[in-house]
Amino acid sequence: MTNAIEKEIDLKAPVERVWRAISDHVAFGEWFRVKIDGPFVVGQPATGHITYPGYENIKWEVVIQQMDAPHLFAFTWHPYAIDPKVDYSGETPTRVEFRLTPTATGTHLVITETGFDAVPAHRRPDALRMNDGGWAQQILNIETHVQS
Amino acid sequence: MFSHRLSTFDANPTAVFAALGDPTRLALLARLSDGQSRSIASLSDDAEISRQALTKHLRVLENAGLVRSERIGRETRFAYQAEPVKAARAYLDQVSRQWDDALARLRAAVED
Repeated sequence: MTNAIEKEIDLKAPVERVWRAISDHVAFGEWFRVKIDGPFVVGQPATGHITYPGYENIKWEVVIQQMDAPHLFAFTWHPYAIDPKVDYSGETPTRVEFRLTPTATGTHLVITETGFDAVPAHRRPDALRMNDGGWAQQILNIETHVQS
Repeated sequence: MFSHRLSTFDANPTAVFAALGDPTRLALLARLSDGQSRSIASLSDDAEISRQALTKHLRVLENAGLVRSERIGRETRFAYQAEPVKAARAYLDQVSRQWDDALARLRAAVED
């Protein structure tokens, strides 16, 4: 996928277990380090506060976009919106997707975060897509070129 | 895990990412990234697009702070600016590291 941060991880736990850890707001909050006010509901905002030491007063807010148990969980948010002095509401949010696939040993989890250029990848014409590692790779290529 | 955004990137990160999300503009940046400033005429030599389209792309890059233009006589020359690219890269690296940390905690939560 282009225009994205993508993370893959193999977990030694069944899909149902991983799904619970992602889709239940209390379980999610424990590993994501955020105290969330109420259950996740599709189409609704979920709010809370970061529990990471030193950042407890920072508000956390996402909008739940999709919950297809136990395979796909998606929300939109403003990544890294942690400066209380900055109003992030005018920024285009990015979309975070969790995709779960059962494996012989547990669960394969893919997390993608897309939309950093404010144009959703699925709406971009094919001709505009980078197919050689994505534009993030291009940034690195350019920087390497500049430093060499 | 959390640190403040890079101030140089604060001004308009979306414009930087949008400007980078186009193959023509990336090719222009790659061409300019040797540090030499170039005129539109020089940049259009090996481009397969019109000078008008080229000018438009260069203005997008300029508005995002990725190139700087200067007028020398009747000619406008464009030069690569490294700072926004470094900031964009650092920003993505930070978001990426944040996910790595969160995933390590997710693993600890579900594997026992």
